[in-house]
Amino acid sequence: MIVGTLAAIFALAMLAPSLHRVLGRATGYVLALGPLVGFIYYLTQMTATASGETTSVAWTWAESLGVEFSFRVDSLSTLFALLVTGVGTAIVLYANSYLDGHPKRGRFFGYLMGFMGSMLGLVLADDLILLFIFWELTSITSYLLIGFDHEREKARKSALQALVVTGLGGLSMLAGMILLGQIAGTFSVSGIIENHHTLTESPLTLAAMILVLGGAFTKSAQFPFHFWLPNAMEAPSPVSAYLHSSTMVKAGVYLVARLNPAFMDAPAWQWALSCFGGATMLIGAYLATRQTYFKKVLAYTTVSSLGIMVMLIGLGAPQAAAAYILAHALFKGALFLVAGIVDHEAGVKDTEQMGGLFGKMPVTAMVAIISGLSMAGMVPLLGFVAKELLLKGSLHAHGGPHEIAWLWPTISTIAGAFMGVAGLQAGLRPFFMARTAEGKYPKTPHEAPPPMLLGPVVLTGLTLVGGLFPALFANQLINGTAASIAGGHDVELVKLSAIYLTTHPSTALLLSGVALVGAAALFALRRPWRAITAPLDRVTTAIGCERIYHLLFGGTVGPVSLATVQTKVLQSGYLRVYVQITVLTALALAGGLLLWQGDLTDSVSQAIPQFGDIPWTELLFEAVLVGMICVAAVASTQMRGRLSTIAVLGVVGYCSAIIFVLFGAPDVAMTQFAVETLTVIIFVLVVYHLPRFAVYSTRMGKLLDASVGAAFGLMMAAFVVSSFAISADDGISWFYNHHAMPNAPGEHAAYGRNLINVILVDFRALDTMGEIAVLGLAAVGVYTLLKLRQERPRTGEVA
Amino acid sequence: MNSIILRTATRFMLPLLILFSIVVLLRGHNQPGGGFVGGLLATSAFALYAMAFGVPAMQRILRVPLTTYIAVGLGIALASGMPGLIEGEPFLYGMWTSFDLAGFGTLKVGTPFLFDIGVYITVLGVCLLMLLTLAEES
Repeated sequence: MIVGTLAAIFALAMLAPSLHRVLGRATGYVLALGPLVGFIYYLTQMTATASGETTSVAWTWAESLGVEFSFRVDSLSTLFALLVTGVGTAIVLYANSYLDGHPKRGRFFGYLMGFMGSMLGLVLADDLILLFIFWELTSITSYLLIGFDHEREKARKSALQALVVTGLGGLSMLAGMILLGQIAGTFSVSGIIENHHTLTESPLTLAAMILVLGGAFTKSAQFPFHFWLPNAMEAPSPVSAYLHSSTMVKAGVYLVARLNPAFMDAPAWQWALSCFGGATMLIGAYLATRQTYFKKVLAYTTVSSLGIMVMLIGLGAPQAAAAYILAHALFKGALFLVAGIVDHEAGVKDTEQMGGLFGKMPVTAMVAIISGLSMAGMVPLLGFVAKELLLKGSLHAHGGPHEIAWLWPTISTIAGAFMGVAGLQAGLRPFFMARTAEGKYPKTPHEAPPPMLLGPVVLTGLTLVGGLFPALFANQLINGTAASIAGGHDVELVKLSAIYLTTHPSTALLLSGVALVGAAALFALRRPWRAITAPLDRVTTAIGCERIYHLLFGGTVGPVSLATVQTKVLQSGYLRVYVQITVLTALALAGGLLLWQGDLTDSVSQAIPQFGDIPWTELLFEAVLVGMICVAAVASTQMRGRLSTIAVLGVVGYCSAIIFVLFGAPDVAMTQFAVETLTVIIFVLVVYHLPRFAVYSTRMGKLLDASVGAAFGLMMAAFVVSSFAISADDGISWFYNHHAMPNAPGEHAAYGRNLINVILVDFRALDTMGEIAVLGLAAVGVYTLLKLRQERPRTGEVA
Repeated sequence: MNSIILRTATRFMLPLLILFSIVVLLRGHNQPGGGFVGGLLATSAFALYAMAFGVPAMQRILRVPLTTYIAVGLGIALASGMPGLIEGEPFLYGMWTSFDLAGFGTLKVGTPFLFDIGVYITVLGVCLLMLLTLAEES
């Protein structure tokens, strides 16, 4: 059933464009059935997983690599699966109306369902490699979704930025996962957690941890990678609501939570999570207070919330982390959808230019108010409960650095106040206060259609229910998830009811009050606050993390970046430069290795005596051939015409082929002859019509080329000489010799006496298969490139 | 090139060269040769024809587009891997069978041989396609 839901969603993703052609406006209703069925299934699993049961399925996949196609459902997976499918259902219905009449709606649904399947696979996978594949699939599908309005440059750039940042992180994560698999001896996530004592013993664990965190931190937009998330708001609102609040950006949090039992005893893990998470929380929340665009406010608070979740896991407060994951998904999902509705129905994006919308769209307003207050951490909503747990968690940190334990409640309170400002900005500002901009709204504001309201209303309802009766969630989801995150360690569970928490005074409640008062004050003074902090904003734009990104990869800020510089150097368009770079790289890598590790004098002294055994007649043959090769090679540098140069080079090739014949490699010789002949033919065809060389190399250029060529030649010679030192009598030649022909009647063998051919078509046939496929592609590439150039109108001739 | 000698010679050489390339292909499993070299030899034969009679004439005797050759070659190579799969062995597993040709001895046929034919056709298609594109370009 686990795989069934996954397969169904992927199937719907592929069918979506065709379905849209047939069904038109009803597509969304059909597509929503997929996640809905999944949601109901995981609801039925909830009770079982909460009590610690797990379901798993596994198929052998790449057996020799130890990679399995395996899935496992525990409470943590269930929580995320419910978010993916539940919010997913709402998003599909919402998007159906939001993109009504959009010409590419079918394609959009294809991307969206594809993303949904990838995300679901990611949270269910029990194999690190499988998890990585789904992880990258979410990056790719989100790239397509963020850049959905690909005609706008900003959308394309933001999509690429998200892909570059999360993609680089993903590669780092892959390296970390392979290391982890090597250390633990298995790629199975549950297996690694079971054997986590092997991790504490290995010296490689720290490296693996850092690499994996590279993936987790980029994906969930932790500082200093936080900048891509607000830019990703170029995506359509349903995408922002789904990817950038409820699901994709939480993938990093999920990974951290998933691997927490394996690493949780390591101080480095606790340090990294709590410090980076705390920094992200503070920076995100601060930046959110400076924003006025509806979606940007939400984007920065999302960054902050992701920081909170990571920090809480690092501080050893799994219950708080689980509660925050759920609370955040509910209020932020709803708020993003509201942002979309307001933009869709009123045509305004800036909250400061909204106002008094309560009368025009009361349902939307109610949703926004409740969710906004939940974000601000107001009683009696789920956001309040989550914030109380956050403060409790930061007051009684179990993990992380104890020396600076006072820091966590302090920054949590400050971030709480900032979040409060953002909650009021998003929840109240658009609906009650007066409009600052004069005149009418671009569109006449009215209530959104019911399918668009369904999602936000349900999510907000859950926020309310969660605050009043959190035991419902706690028993079924949160406590079980906390246990999963803690990996069997006892979790200190706190009673979750909002009423209980408010009526039982504690330090956390006091801090909560401070945060709320601070939030109200700061909201009232938000304009002076923005003016005061504006200079700081300019500083971060000048030297911030995004600036570094642009310096590395080029883009919107400046024309000069590492990417443009290296492209100019490496891809100059001159063939000779390409050849030089390739040769010099080979020289540096292989030649360096040879000098560093090889013992050349030893090899030479081994090789020299072997000359004495060769009869002088054979040596004469070889000497004549080598002499011809040398003469031809030198002559080729002196030729003035193209054809003569090629003909002389042909001499070099044919002579080499004869050397192959002399040394008993007729196969290679034959191929060499054929290739030489064809090369000459091709060159004749191409070069025949070209004029004589017009520009000759300068003296300096010639000197450079000669030295590079000589160095490369010397290196190759050194390789050949040092190869004498290697005994060829190893297992592989024995294997080929032994299996080429049957040794006993009835034995299976390759039935060929020509070993080279047998290797090509039997032992290593898959390689040959790959090679001819590449050849085919290359031919088609050449064909397309040259044909396209021929068909382009030649404007130059007209002028 | 408009040369009577080249044209006349080519007319006789083409069938011989093709035949030779096929012999090289067939003997490849036991003696020097094989699909790759055979394909290159066949390519040279057609290139010679193209030089003597022009590219359109060469395309006429090839009958179908060169991209089809590539596709067919790759398809044959791929298909030669299937019998192994069907028998529950790895992809591209070598399987052999022999036919009794009355009076001419036995003929042994195997999937590696089929694979080699695929390589031959692919190499022929690839090289000729590149050659032809370059020839038309100039």
